[in-house]
Amino acid sequence: MSATVDAPRVAVQVIPPADSRAKLRERAFEAALIFALLISLAMLIALFIDVFTKGLPGLSPEFVTDKASAFPANAGIATSLLGTLWLMVVCIVFIVPIGLASAVYLEEYGTDYADQRTWTGRMIGRFNTFVEVNIQNLAAVPSIVYGILGLAFLVRGPLDLGKIILAGGLTLGLLVLPVVIIAGREALRAVPSSIREGSMALGATKWQTIWRQVLPAAVPGVATGVILALSRAIGETAPLLLLGAATFNTQNPSGIFSAISALPLQINTWISAPGADFQALAASAIIVLLVVLVLMNSVAIYLRNRYEQKW
Amino acid sequence: MIDIERDPQTADEKAGGETPFRGMGETASMDTAQAQAPEVTETVREVIFDVKELQVTYPNASAPAVDKISFEMGKNEITALIGPSGCGKSTMLRCLNRMNDLIVGTNVTGQILYHGEDLYGPNVDAVQVRKRIGMVFQKPNPFPKSIYENIAFGPRIIGMEGDMDQIVETALRRGALWDEVKDRLKDNAFGMSGGQQQRLCIARCLAVAPDVILMDEPCSALDPISTGKIEDLMIELKQDYSIVIVTHNMQQAARISDKTAFFVVSLDENDNRTGTVVEFDDTEKIFTNPADERTEAYVTGKMG
Ligand SMILES: Nc1ncnc2c1ncn2[C@@H]1O[C@H](COP(=O)(O)OP(=O)(O)O)[C@@H](O)[C@H]1O
Ligand SMILES: [Mg+2]
Repeated sequence: MSATVDAPRVAVQVIPPADSRAKLRERAFEAALIFALLISLAMLIALFIDVFTKGLPGLSPEFVTDKASAFPANAGIATSLLGTLWLMVVCIVFIVPIGLASAVYLEEYGTDYADQRTWTGRMIGRFNTFVEVNIQNLAAVPSIVYGILGLAFLVRGPLDLGKIILAGGLTLGLLVLPVVIIAGREALRAVPSSIREGSMALGATKWQTIWRQVLPAAVPGVATGVILALSRAIGETAPLLLLGAATFNTQNPSGIFSAISALPLQINTWISAPGADFQALAASAIIVLLVVLVLMNSVAIYLRNRYEQKW
Repeated sequence: MIDIERDPQTADEKAGGETPFRGMGETASMDTAQAQAPEVTETVREVIFDVKELQVTYPNASAPAVDKISFEMGKNEITALIGPSGCGKSTMLRCLNRMNDLIVGTNVTGQILYHGEDLYGPNVDAVQVRKRIGMVFQKPNPFPKSIYENIAFGPRIIGMEGDMDQIVETALRRGALWDEVKDRLKDNAFGMSGGQQQRLCIARCLAVAPDVILMDEPCSALDPISTGKIEDLMIELKQDYSIVIVTHNMQQAARISDKTAFFVVSLDENDNRTGTVVEFDDTEKIFTNPADERTEAYVTGKMG
């Protein structure tokens, strides 16, 4: 008969002592990470302090409603703010349909047309790849290049629109179109294929499926992408300067055929002007631009959190 | 009352079961049957799908996914497709409503006759096919809309006439879901349980009044209680529809189906996998007395 007897319970050190050097290295690494974060944060705070100390005193309702003026005391941003508004209107009307249609083609139809069994299918496949690669590239092209494009084709050249808001808005639209297409494609791709199959299995056509199931499900993602694209367009200065927009414009724009004016252009003009008065005006205008940007991004974040479908 | 009426029958069955040798009685009844008019109650089996030598090859695949598939499916029957995974059951099923058309470059040869008409004929529109032949998927896939809108979508797109509220209610009742959701038709379908979502998908499919319902492992993502509800529902739906179901669950196939097709996958010299049907027969025969030893091994659990 065998019985189990407990071994005597003697403490033996099995776990080695802490490696103090490894611990130190870990701490140092963490410190480096926090330092890197603090640098960018410090830059941002410095910028804020600088802008707010200079600009806050000059902010008043009149500053927003006054037209541009050569006299700092009378100058306001009404002209440039209205210009920016009209530019954004043109931009939205241009990028939403074109961007969305491109995204729908690339996501929903592109691969269907590219049937590798046929010659035309293979050609379309190559065309799709070419377009996709170039949209990625275009998103990285410096904005000034779009200014050159706008000047050559919209302001002058074939369309010969002149230095009007329509031309400016279209130029900004071209600039952010790749962003919208990429965001649109992501939003479409986020809609699971099981939704498409479920719809098609009920006897819906492809178009009915896209229009009534896929696009509605993708709206929050698309809207977020569009707002982020606009918030990039709204701050752009270089392409508008290149179009030859007047840096001093006291005429409030009344529509898309008015002369180009824009908030960042106004800021640029004031910053380049001599004297502390103009610097203060620039700072005040920057605050307004920042507020608009923060609002736009908040709406984008809200849309994403509130409406984005969890699958 | 009902119990009393049924009692003698049950007793008779029991007696029959307990005395296997009833030679005398049997001969007697056969004699009388022959003596009377030769009134054999003959049920006409109406064939809905006649699959002939079906072969499906996916784009860029070097061998067909399924090959030499031939069998018939009858009206108001539940036909089960069983077999190990990857043997082409879903591929077969998705041919029946031309869902495979959605994968560009898929090549289908052979023939599927649906009520005698070639499903892949030159003048047949896949969209029209799917209006008649509905499908329920493995994972419940409700639309990200209200329960009501989930049902109403199908009838709307096919331009169904009539009162939409009524259509929705009828479909939900048929899908055995009405009582659970009648007070929250405006709620998002994503708030339902998995089993309810799957019944919603079945109801959605019924709303367009199809002729056939294809189900691809409809219960594999569900708990046993929900599975039971859906099985009961299928048996009820059999009265009005013909059902083809892919299932991994042997008991399920045995419980609900009338006919069973057993698929296996075979490897060619280059290790390409191709599915074929080994045996197609009455479910009872497949599960009690299969002709092929591979079927026997599979249904008794000796082969995965
Ligand atoms: N869309 C597809 N493209 C390419 N091959 C596929 C596709 N769908 C399934 N297959 C292949 O076809 C074979 C059969 O798959 P499937 O019909 O899904 O089997 P089952 O439903 O019996 O598990 C598998 O080898 C699978 O890899
Ligand atoms: Mg499958």
